[in-house]
Formats: sequence, structure tokens, C-alpha cells
Amino acid sequence: MDKLSKENKEYLIKRNTNEYEVVIGLEVHAQVLSESKLFSTSPTKFGSEPNTQVSLVDVAFPGMLPVINEFCIKQAIKTGIGLNAKINKKSIFDRKNYFYADLPQGYQISQYKNPIVGEGTVTLDLPNGEKKIGIERLHLEQDAGKSIHDIDPNNTLVDLNRSGVALMEIVSKPDLRSLDEVNSYIKKLRSIMRYLGTCDGNMQEGSLRADVNVSVRKKGSKELGTRCEIKNVNSIKFMQMAIDYEANRQVDVIEEGGSIDQETRLFDTKKNETRSMRSKEDAHDYRYFPDPDLLPLELDENFINDIKKNIPELPDEKKKRFIEKFKLSPYEANILVSDIDTSKFFEEVSKNSDVKLATNWITGELFALLNEKNLEITESPISSKNLSKLINLIKKGIISGKIAKTIFELMSDGDKDPEKIVEQKGLKQQSDPKELEKIIDKIISENPKNVELYKSGKDKLFGFFVGQVMKSSGGKANPQLVNEILKKKLN
Amino acid sequence: MSNIIDLKLFELVEKIKKKEISSNEVTKAFIDRSQKSKKLNSYITENFENALQKAKQFDEKPDFNKKLPGIPLAVKDLFCTKNIRTTAGSKILENFFPTYESTVTQNILDEGGIIIGKLNCDEFAMGSSNETSFFGNVQNPISENLVPGGSSGGSSSALAAKLTPATIGTDTGGSIRQPASFTGTVGLKPTYGSCSRYGIVAFASSLDQAGPMTQNVKDSALMLEVISSYDNKDSTSVDFKRGQYLKDLNENIKGKKIGIPKQYRVDGMPKEIDELWKKGMKIIEDNGGEIIEINLPNTNYALPTYYIVAPAEASSNLARYDGVKYGFRSKGKNLIDMYEKTRSEGFGDEVKRRIMIGTYVLSSGYYDAYYLKAQKVRRLIKNDFDQAYKKVDAILTPSTPSSAFKIGEKTNDPVSMYLNDIFTVPINLAGLPAISIPAGHDKSGYPLGLQVIGKAFDEQNILNIAYSIEKNINFKNNINDWWIN
Repeated sequence: MDKLSKENKEYLIKRNTNEYEVVIGLEVHAQVLSESKLFSTSPTKFGSEPNTQVSLVDVAFPGMLPVINEFCIKQAIKTGIGLNAKINKKSIFDRKNYFYADLPQGYQISQYKNPIVGEGTVTLDLPNGEKKIGIERLHLEQDAGKSIHDIDPNNTLVDLNRSGVALMEIVSKPDLRSLDEVNSYIKKLRSIMRYLGTCDGNMQEGSLRADVNVSVRKKGSKELGTRCEIKNVNSIKFMQMAIDYEANRQVDVIEEGGSIDQETRLFDTKKNETRSMRSKEDAHDYRYFPDPDLLPLELDENFINDIKKNIPELPDEKKKRFIEKFKLSPYEANILVSDIDTSKFFEEVSKNSDVKLATNWITGELFALLNEKNLEITESPISSKNLSKLINLIKKGIISGKIAKTIFELMSDGDKDPEKIVEQKGLKQQSDPKELEKIIDKIISENPKNVELYKSGKDKLFGFFVGQVMKSSGGKANPQLVNEILKKKLN
Repeated sequence: MSNIIDLKLFELVEKIKKKEISSNEVTKAFIDRSQKSKKLNSYITENFENALQKAKQFDEKPDFNKKLPGIPLAVKDLFCTKNIRTTAGSKILENFFPTYESTVTQNILDEGGIIIGKLNCDEFAMGSSNETSFFGNVQNPISENLVPGGSSGGSSSALAAKLTPATIGTDTGGSIRQPASFTGTVGLKPTYGSCSRYGIVAFASSLDQAGPMTQNVKDSALMLEVISSYDNKDSTSVDFKRGQYLKDLNENIKGKKIGIPKQYRVDGMPKEIDELWKKGMKIIEDNGGEIIEINLPNTNYALPTYYIVAPAEASSNLARYDGVKYGFRSKGKNLIDMYEKTRSEGFGDEVKRRIMIGTYVLSSGYYDAYYLKAQKVRRLIKNDFDQAYKKVDAILTPSTPSSAFKIGEKTNDPVSMYLNDIFTVPINLAGLPAISIPAGHDKSGYPLGLQVIGKAFDEQNILNIAYSIEKNINFKNNINDWWIN
């Protein structure tokens, strides 16, 4: 649960007297959440034994033909709608031809000139406001298998479980300008797709990877510089490191009077540097052409509309609703909606308890607890039901905020019911004015010197009396009442 | 029963249904003759023992409701057959045994057919004479050292020599119709989308189509009924209402309008072919049909268009034969080296030539000038047919510009070899059905064929027209069993 930095600093690279702006575009590869592959019926389960999720089509046996998985088409359309993008009624699957051991067909089926989804926008929630990032396109394609070079010293092993799994390639316009924006963009994409259930966004399992396009230009310049593409970066941190390295490298080249070659580069995570993989001249000639085994994909208006009707509330709408309905600040709303499971948890808690307290307790104590234990909110040791009970105990004045924190800790061990804890441990707040008066009178009579000092103008001593009362009540005294009574007695 | 092999397919079906002969007798007869006919080199793989077992099983538990009850059939070795070696005529698949069955051969099995072997063909169906097969030349039973046509040369040879009562081939640019024409047999290329391509080793996906090769038109109608089916495993399969081609077969062509495209009168075409064509027209008119001159203005561009589109698709379709997963693999120093050696040694010259042409026409900088232009011309060729079909019901042309040639005659001249497909290629580009039927002989006594081209999915119509011509033309194949000692 990261917090947005308070400032949206301009990301500029300074050399001598020059300032350079960094221009970034991302090609995100998101694995479609589906039971079976894009053109075959094999399952897509992650982490299975090598070569067990494989059909004759995936291994490209002679005479095997691809058949489109309609569910994957629906998932791509859903995602397109989530990106506020144009859904193309006609799209074409092309073959991208190249040889590699983990590419059984000798070509990847992808969409080249006619993608299923056209231009759209993603809104970033940045500390100083919103920023819209343009989406160029989204297209569907097959994933390749996996070549494993480090098991057998003499051979490369190939696992085709991933071969043919559906990927959505989401191409942004070169609208990103900083590492924070890249972070925010990836998280927003991930959030939208998780809301839609079209991609689990799991970067560790490779469900979300990106190629990063980086160029630099002098601040104020309108023209784009020559870009380099950094291939297949699989975490936000690595993306940021790679961009930072690459942008600085490009600035150095320019400052030394050189020019940038358009090329594909690799990011070495161990050395934290990018290396040239191939230049534009060596670029593969993929010989794209429409796959003659597949007819053009023609979508019916009704087919698209049916999908549109079933789109759930997305983060931007939810944020708006939280702000309007619950009077949350945009900052609070952002934190609560960015992850679909967090937003669900929040809605469950706030449904039965005070919204303000629910917001504070979730973003404060609960996030701290989850961070400490390295847990997702879906694995929270405290259920939404018990958290709302705790909040109600506070709200009704049965316990104080301070006691609540103690109870919260006890609850986290096996999701205990806070009401029972209060009962068992006798943690009920002391709110009987007569009882409190007794305690206060006793404290006043035991500390005549301090009473005198207070009355002579040492206001700070008021805290001392509150502290003494709380201590002598075992922390159970209702602090508001204590304040009131003390003020009456001492003034 | 020495004349089992002389019976037509539909006669064999009738006799088996009437229990006059058994599947075992029929199967044995064709296998016996096949064994005496090795000189033809029609087979790549024999499945004789297994077939005899299947025949016995059929006789023990016969099902006479099937369309091919216990009928033995050899098929082109481009159809994947479960547990029977499938080579596509190539070294690269020399030892490939599929674990699956093509839809077309499955349809044959489902109707009671028995596979007795896999027939020779040009490597990956690339050729017009069966001379590109890794498994050697095939002899045309018409005359020694004559090519049987291609790419379904093993099929046409085996059929004409009566080693199988009927067979199936595949036709990408004429590979059923040209060999049928060269051997005095009937070959039908159905509309693209009629027969499933699932399990057929792909040559050029947008053109490939399986079809029957038979002794006569009636047998073709029967075979088409068996093999044509909608298949959701092939995205280009078309879900149209398939006819009862055999039941609805009739020779009544009264009032049918038959187009004669003037562009098919090519220079240097033998006189006999022109005469044959005229004979066909006369038969149609005599039977109440009407002959109408039509215009297919883009015919001249069909061959160059085909030799861009087909190699382009082939270059990509054949990328999977890389030595990694199955088939032939040569040892290499590294992955690239292994690829180069495997594909250099595993493919023959014609296949390599087409892979190179295809790779070239798809390359960046050449794509627009070749592949894209070819696709546009393909559309124009299809438009030509659409226009013509506003005026006529079918089109009559010769099947080939010449009769069968000698083995080796054209192997060093690929362009002259390609010209053989000049009358058949436009039909594949337009996705239409066409049937070649034997109609006469040239001065050497070699058979010549006429081609009837139909509207899309109008197979019944061209079968009927072909049936009418067949009844009136009195063709007889002169085969003297020269290869049997």
C-alpha cells in the first residue's frame, strides 16, 4: 500500500547548463485472464509441470489450425472499454514470422495493422492533480513458450505451457514524463484490469510485463528525440531504474555531441544498465501478413453493447462516488479505490459503521498491520465485519480510541470479536460522570501544589491531570468527559 | 470375382450392401493389385495388413447404412492419419506418425471406409508432376515414363491403375484436376470452405482444399457427400447446407447457361484441346444447354498472382518444420546452425524455391509491390467470376493446356512447369468449385480433360453438367497394365 508522494516533481536531467525532459511510452503486455489459450483449448494454469498445458495446436503439429477463443475477445473488448477506447468492429490477426525454439509455429499470431481496440485514455491520479495519458491501441497476440538455458549445461530446454496464452499489448502514447508517472500509469492499468477481471496483474508471475520506449529532448523542445526501446522489463522498480539509466545515457551521448541510434536495448538488472541488443538495421523483418487460417474478426454492435452493459464500476467512477457520497478527500479516495479488494473491504466496513473512522482505520492501522505482515488485504487477519464492530464501539463511546488500538492488536490474532474482548478484559470506557468525579476529586486532593500552579496560569499542567485520571482509571476513562469535568473543577 | 477392381466405387458399395461381395474380398483385390504395381511408385506408405484386419472386422459386424461400407481407399499422403505415417512427400516428415486424424479422413472412417495406404505426392504438394517427392517419381499408368500430374500424382496414378476404387487429393492450384486430366480420371475441387482443412498438412492455407478423385462423376458425388462437412476446428470451414450430391445427381442440363471464357484460348494450345472444348460445347447444346461467350479479363494475371500468394503463405506455413519438435533434425553447432542444416537437408529444391519466393514477396520494402498487389489482383479475378455468374450458371474450359509430359521433361524449367496450372489456378484464387472430367485423347493417345467451374457452393450443378458430358462423350481410358509383368 504505497502512498503517493506529496509532490509531483518535474523529472529533468541537468547537464552543464542544459535541462532535458524525458519522454516515455510503454508497451504493456498483459496476460488475459482466461481458462484456455487464445487459439486452443489448453488450460493456462500458471506454475504447472513443464509441457503439461499444451495441445497439438500449441506445438504446431502439421495440419493444426487456430480457432479464436471468444472469451479472450470479450476480455480485450472489456479492457478497451475500461481504457475509454474505441472498439474496432473489424480487426485482423496477422502472422509475425521469426524463428525461435520456443515459438513452435515459426510465427506469432498477433494483430498488426488492424487491432481490436483503438485510441483511448487513462487518467493518472497525481499529487498535484490528474493527468490524462493517451492510449494508442490494444491488440491481442499469442505468448511464446519459455526457453530454459540454465538446467542442462549442453542443451536449451523448452517449456510450451505459456505458448499460445492470450496477451493484450497495450501501447501508450509518448505522454509519460517521469518515473512517478510510469509508476502511477502501470498501477492504474493494473487496477483497471483487476476491476474488470481481465488480467490479474501479477508481475511476479509475468502476467504484466512491459517494453519501455525512452527518448530525451531539451526542455521546451516540441520535437521528439530518437527513441530506444528497452525490452521486457517485469517490475515497476526495474522500469524506473532502466528509464533513469537510459535517459541519463542518452543525455550524455547528446552532451558529448553525439546522436542517439534507434535501437532495441536490454536492461541488465544486476549491473543496473541497458545494453544494445540490436540496431534498427539489424531489426528483424517479421514479414507480417494476415493469417490465412483466421478470418477477419467482425464484431456485432450488439455483442459490444452487451459487454458494455456488464462493465462494473471502475476506479475513476468509484473515486468520484466515494468523494461525493462519503465526503472523502481525493487523496483518501485514491488510496481506497486503487485496489479493487481494498475498495471492497472499505465498502463492507463502512456499510455498517462510520465512514470517516472506517477510512482512518483502514488506511492507518490496518494498512500498517498488513505491511508489517506482508499480507494482501484479501488475507487480512481482521475481517471487515469485526473491524466495523470495533469502529462502532468507538463511535458509541463504549471504548476510547486508545483502548481501541489495544483491542485491534488483540483482534489480529485470529480475527477475534472486539465486543467479546471488551467484555472479557473489562475494557469498557468509564463514562459515568459520578464515578469519574470521584477519581478526579481524589487526584485534585492528592496534588494541591499542581492545582495551585495551574490556577496561577500554568495551563500546560492540565495535561498532567488528564494523564493522572487516565492512569488511575486504567485508561478506561472517557477522555471527553474527563476533560469537561476537570475544566469545571479546576477553573 | 476377378473383376472386383474393374467395378466402380458406387457398384462396389451396392454389391457389398447386397452381400454379393465382402469387404475382405474387395480390400484383398485392391491390395493384391497394389502389390503387383510397385513399379508405379504410387504408394509412400502401405497399410495393407491393418486394412485387411479392418475389412474382416467390418464383415463380422457390417453396417450397411454407411456410405462407404467396408470400402478400401488409399489417400494422398498430405492427410494426417492417426498412427499411420504421414510424410507430405518430404524427408523432413519421413518418420512422422500423427497421433490425430484429419477431419476428411475421419469422415471416411466414420462412413465405413478403410485406409489401405498413403499415396505419393509432390513434396508439400508443391509441383505439377509428382517429381518433387522425396519418395521418387510416380509413373502414369497410361504410358511408361509419363508423369501422372501433380501434386496428387500418387492418387491419380493409383486411381487410374485401379489400385484403389477412389481416392482423395488436395488442390491448391490444380493439384486434383490436373493429375485427373493427365490420367483420364475425374477430379473435383470443392468450394473453399466445403471440406475441413483440419489435419491436412498445409501448403497455402487460403487456397488448399481437399476433394475426391474418382473413375466417374457419380463416384465423385458420393465421395463429396462423405468428405464435405462443417468443422469448428477449421475457422475457414463454412457452415452451409450441404447437398445430397449422389441422390440429386442427374444429367438434365436443359436451360443451363454455360459460359466460355475467351481468355482461355491460349497461344500454342494443341489443336486437339480446342476440338475437345468444342465437342464439350456441342454436347451441352445438344442436351438443351446454352453456350454463352464470357469475359474473364484478368485471367492473364492469375498465374503470377498465384505464384506470389501461394509461396507467401507456404513460406510461413513451413516455418514449423524446424527440427525442434518433431520430424527430421540435423545436428548443428547452435540453434541457428541446426535450423539451417535441418531445413537445407530436409526440404527439396522446389520447396526451398517457394520458401525463398514467399519470404521475398513478404519482406519489408517488397510487400506492397508483390503480396499486397497480388491480393488486389486476386480480388479482381474473383470479381471477374462474379460478373460472369450474373450471366451464366457454370463455365466450361479445358483442364490443362497440354496432356501429360515425360518424366524429366520440365524439371529444369520451373516456369514451363508452372504454366501447366494456367487453367486451374484462377479457380483456387476465386475459391470456386471445379471438376475435371476426361473427354478425349491427344495425338499420342494421352488423355485430356474438360473443366466445369461452378458458383460457390454450387457443386451439385457442376456435378450434373459433368455427368451429362460424361454420358455423351464416350471416353475410354487405354490402360494396358504395362507395369505388371
